[in-house]
Amino acid sequence: MSGRLEAHLVVHRSDGFSLDAALSIAPGQTVALLGPNGAGKSTAVSALAGIIPLAGGRIELDRDVLDDPGAGRFVPPDQRSIGVVFQDYVLFPHLTVADNVAFGLRSRGLSRSSALAKAHDVLEQLGVKELGGRKPRQISGGEAQRVALGRALATDPRLLLLDEPLSALDATTRAELRRVLADHLSRFDGPRLLITHDPTEAFLLADEIYVVEHGTVTQSGTAEDIRLRPRTSYVADLVGVNLVEGVAGAGGVDVAGHELRVGDTHAAGPVLATIHPRAISLHRHEPEGSPRNAWPTRVRLLEHYGDRVRVLTEGPLPLIAEVTPAAESALDLTVGSAVWVSIKATEIGVEAR
Amino acid sequence: MTTRRSRRIVRRPPAPVVLLAAAGLAVFVVPLIGLLARAPWGDLSTVLAGDTVVDALRLSLISSVGATAVSAVLGVPLAWVLARVDFRGKSVVRGLVLLPLVIPPVVGGAALLFALGRRGVIGEVLYESTGLLLPFSTWGVVVAVTFVAMPFLVITVEGALRNLDPRFEAAAASLGASRWTVMRRVTLPMIAPSLASGLVLTWARALGEFGATVTFAGNLPGRTQTLPLAVFVGLESDRDAAVALSLVMVAIALVVLVALRDRWWRAL
Repeated sequence: MSGRLEAHLVVHRSDGFSLDAALSIAPGQTVALLGPNGAGKSTAVSALAGIIPLAGGRIELDRDVLDDPGAGRFVPPDQRSIGVVFQDYVLFPHLTVADNVAFGLRSRGLSRSSALAKAHDVLEQLGVKELGGRKPRQISGGEAQRVALGRALATDPRLLLLDEPLSALDATTRAELRRVLADHLSRFDGPRLLITHDPTEAFLLADEIYVVEHGTVTQSGTAEDIRLRPRTSYVADLVGVNLVEGVAGAGGVDVAGHELRVGDTHAAGPVLATIHPRAISLHRHEPEGSPRNAWPTRVRLLEHYGDRVRVLTEGPLPLIAEVTPAAESALDLTVGSAVWVSIKATEIGVEAR
Repeated sequence: MTTRRSRRIVRRPPAPVVLLAAAGLAVFVVPLIGLLARAPWGDLSTVLAGDTVVDALRLSLISSVGATAVSAVLGVPLAWVLARVDFRGKSVVRGLVLLPLVIPPVVGGAALLFALGRRGVIGEVLYESTGLLLPFSTWGVVVAVTFVAMPFLVITVEGALRNLDPRFEAAAASLGASRWTVMRRVTLPMIAPSLASGLVLTWARALGEFGATVTFAGNLPGRTQTLPLAVFVGLESDRDAAVALSLVMVAIALVVLVALRDRWWRAL
């Protein structure tokens, strides 16, 4: 059983970039650090793993202070017991898959044979036992991700860091491996930190999301909090996409008894539909014209972000729409007013979940 | 190989270019022909078994392997520092390391003499405290040859370390590997191909060293007279031996170049 992570990361990089972010993760909780490239996410991983020292702040894991420049304390990376799944996995190319997984155990003084025995157990749990004898260049990206996870978990770390664990994969395997990853993450009982630039990944894998922009956390909360009340227009853009779970059938996706017509009709079974707020139109009366998704509802919330207005509609399928202030006054939108929602079938993205 | 072939010019090359290219090739081939024509093919084995020849071969082997070993022990850490540590004056340090590639080996040998000779800055202290005298000794040959050959190892290994993604070492550290374990199980195995070609190049350069050796260690048969020195002396006294030794060195050089063709000189 591992303890909590409490971190305040202050790092000044030589290129002038600064990171100043506070994080708190409970054991068994997955926190996502969500932000665009260059926001400082990987710098946070390096600081936590001890690859770069903090300039200020403090890292405390399991009541153990790992880095505290104020107190002159710095625990080197090899003594932190932090499992890291690096971006692109960084498996050792000269070692077999089994030796990669056994690496941490051998570094901790286990004999080669018992380290390999444990490595095979780990690979078996991850469903990739048969890969043990291969070299990393002989396995697929999805397999490499599991091996990297196995390598990080084999030493029973106190904290698990995942740096863009799915970005090296193609879109088809990504959805499947996201599910596999969620499954394996739930079996690690320490704090888990997921670094990602993909809101969908953060929403599906994390209990809590920290949004980082330009080296600072601009907002944190549950996926629901952030999606419904993005605090900056940037966050609204990044995470404001409507995500609805449904079941795909002939011609559409069934969402809580509501049939959405979608452009992509190849999917079948449980799916995730994504709808951008700007793809949703609001009308005062029932819209006419081409067959599309339309239904009457009411406005639940109205929020203004500069020159944009975000409108949350009532159930049974609550969605966030984005309109201009001009449209807001033309439609005479207020909380509680009746509106028609319409979405073109081709504007709805569908992927297997 | 495929890309190389597909990039080949399809049109007939212009005649003047071909002529000049042929003349350029002749620069390399003509001396070889001369050597082969003059070789005492009939009694090659007798000549090669002569005392001077055997002594020179033995000394060359000792000094080149010794210099390669010293280069590995000192050059790999130096390459690591140049590749991984940021410090002021690094470009000056790198320049110092590359200096032996540029200055005439005779100058290097003279500099060694002024530094490590019996009256040298360090040599005097060394001699008075330990009685060790490097000039005109086999150890002196190793020192002179190392001075000239080690830069090959340092640049090859430094380049390999720079090209190695530092995240491999970070990953190893995060898995609990100490710095030494990281070096032994990740860094060195991953740069092994470059390290190997660096060692072979260093050894080949050490084997052919003449100027620094003759200046610093002299030309004492059985003690400091290596193959190239024996060839030089043999031209005056025993031509057959000189030619036979030259053939041995050409053969060694060819074997090394062919063995390294994919690793090193294709990339040049």
